[in-house]
Amino acid sequence: MPADGTLAAPVSAAPRASSLQRLARRRSTIAFVMTLPLIAVIAGLVAYPAGYAIYLSMLNRRMDEFAWFLNYEILVESETFWLVVWQSCLFAVTAVVLKALIGFWLAHMLHHIPTKGQRKWRGMLLVPWVIPPALSTLGWWWMFDPTYSSINWLLAIIAVPPVPWLGEPWWARVSVIIVNVWYGAPFFMIMYLAALKSVPEQLYEAAAIDGATGWQRLRYVTLPMMRNIISITVLFSLIVTFANYDIVRVLTNGGPRDLTHLFATYAFQVGILSGNIPRGAAVSLFMLPLLAVFAFFILRGVTRRNKEMA
Amino acid sequence: MAGKDLSRRAVLGAGAGVVAAGTLSAPAVFGQPTTTIRCGFWDHWVPAGNEAMRRLCAQWGERNRANVVVDFITSVGNQNLLTINAQAQSRSGHDILSFPTWEPAAHQRLLVPVDDVMQRLTAKYGPVTPAAEYLGKQGGRWVAIPAVSGTQLKPACVRLDLMQQHAGLDMRAMWPAEDRAGPGADQWNWETFARAAEACNRAGFPFGLPMGSFTDAVDWLGALFTSYGANVMDERGNPTVRGNAKLRAAVEMAVRISRQLPNDVWAWDDAANNRALISGRSALIFNPPSAWVSARRDNPAVGAQCWTLPVPSGPEGRFVGYLPYFWGIWNFSRVQGPAKELLEFLSDRASAEAQTSTSAGYDIPPFISMNDFQVWATEGPPVGTVYNYPIRAHHNARTSVAFAPAPPQMAVQAYNQALNTKLIARIVQANETVDQALAWLERELNTIRRGG
Repeated sequence: MPADGTLAAPVSAAPRASSLQRLARRRSTIAFVMTLPLIAVIAGLVAYPAGYAIYLSMLNRRMDEFAWFLNYEILVESETFWLVVWQSCLFAVTAVVLKALIGFWLAHMLHHIPTKGQRKWRGMLLVPWVIPPALSTLGWWWMFDPTYSSINWLLAIIAVPPVPWLGEPWWARVSVIIVNVWYGAPFFMIMYLAALKSVPEQLYEAAAIDGATGWQRLRYVTLPMMRNIISITVLFSLIVTFANYDIVRVLTNGGPRDLTHLFATYAFQVGILSGNIPRGAAVSLFMLPLLAVFAFFILRGVTRRNKEMA
Repeated sequence: MAGKDLSRRAVLGAGAGVVAAGTLSAPAVFGQPTTTIRCGFWDHWVPAGNEAMRRLCAQWGERNRANVVVDFITSVGNQNLLTINAQAQSRSGHDILSFPTWEPAAHQRLLVPVDDVMQRLTAKYGPVTPAAEYLGKQGGRWVAIPAVSGTQLKPACVRLDLMQQHAGLDMRAMWPAEDRAGPGADQWNWETFARAAEACNRAGFPFGLPMGSFTDAVDWLGALFTSYGANVMDERGNPTVRGNAKLRAAVEMAVRISRQLPNDVWAWDDAANNRALISGRSALIFNPPSAWVSARRDNPAVGAQCWTLPVPSGPEGRFVGYLPYFWGIWNFSRVQGPAKELLEFLSDRASAEAQTSTSAGYDIPPFISMNDFQVWATEGPPVGTVYNYPIRAHHNARTSVAFAPAPPQMAVQAYNQALNTKLIARIVQANETVDQALAWLERELNTIRRGG
């Protein structure tokens, strides 16, 4: 191969190629051309919307002149906005931890039942994840309905007083987390099940020979082998849960007293409902640094472990 | 002539040209539409409401040789708001759109002024209701025409039997289906209302007044505040919370009433109050006749006991929540002239009555002189139940928009963030003092003002 990395045939065998032809034959040019579709997709569907959102967030409310960082300043000084930040973190972290724990437990349960019956259970447990969330949340809303809650009806049978699921701040927070966990736990379950199946059986056999207990097998064999998949699923779920919109929109609309608002629902309220698109864009963009911090720590852990394994 | 012989190809070419010219000119020759107007109207709750709009548009199109394309855009999931914003951003879409309450002010720079149309309409039908002017007239110019279709008022809808039995009030006698107020109507104020709320709550039929962040909640509380003269912002956008005795009086009354409501009203949406009435659990709600229409269908025994009547009065008068739609024309439309003519046609008395009648009286025309349509006298059972739905002269009432007279671009933010219901929730639910809650309100209003 020539030193310049081209794929050209020997010079003596063909007439001298023009500089354009040489450029076209370079490996780097070919690589660039082959990645062009991906670059176009990223530019059109990621970079442009992100850049436009940043541009919007720096306009004034009428969107006719630059206000630079005024929208960010106003948000930083707003009580409601900090409430939204806190609520979003609480919602995302609690829901992801619960989803991870429940998903892990379900995966273990499934892993230990005979293969014959496993498929049926797997299919059934995946149902919450395959139903469109707006639709399933509507079902939950009927169960939590302030006046006709079916859950309260069941509680009444055992003489438990009715719970204002969506009307009382803490119950409302619990309700939106419950629905998110119900919806998202099957995703964790299926990912963890796949990871469990990939753990070599010999490791467990060796641990058994060494007299390891069930807990020790989990602590020293299963978890280390699953650590990367746990990190990646947690990161992925954190991003999706942080940006959640439909559950809160359908169940509480951010109420009572803004105590269940998330970034997305608050951005919609400020941007679309209140006609302040630049400030709505600023609210959305505030998610970026928070998620970047989460992503940095999680991905750093994954990279470190990969290096150790290598 | 030898040089002018026609070839076979030339003959065929000329023939094709003649056929093409004839075909292309055919629409004009035979009176086919030459103009196309694309309209995006609000998708009416009442199915027949859409049909009325479609029929009226077709009728106008036939008369004016125009093709009127009508789309109905739902407000479910705020689809209409998303459409409006998308079209405003892309500067393309429909020629005419239905704009909900605050949208004409938000998009005034992109809307064609319609002063000429409003001038002709007001010359014919008299003044429009003041709240419509507050929302539709920006910078001294009408930027959109107050619509008939979709515009609603939110008076009280009471259960006659429950109010009589538990609160001792004969509401039908007080507000009969006639152009007069009955005995006790002058005492129909917030004090009487609060006592009735207490009595009905004790009897297990609490009033169904939402206190969440949806429009029904913000509107009824807005009407109460306005009737006390309790403005939280002035016309220039300055908060008027500090040392505002009228606001304090309104807050105290709202707190007193909200303590008599079910404990989950803080999460109620715009349908929850309807359900409370229809199920027979509530003695009173504030709503347009849609709740009664559903009760008539789903629970006839309850529907037969429903009666619509004015909102209680406060020290500064009687105000009823008003939630209008507007018809606006984008300035990027290429058919602005015909669009204005179409909207003028849709606003005339016959068209307005057609819209109101097909929606079972739901749609409220913007012109005060049109508050006498026959449909409100004939609907039932009980016959006359919605007679007092539009504002009648003897009601001595005015329309109210929560957070007016603040500049609409600020009022809309306070409205959509439901600052008034949250103020009360802070006191009743979070046990804050009135002063603490008012201080929070002032901070929120200052944040809104700062961003403009």
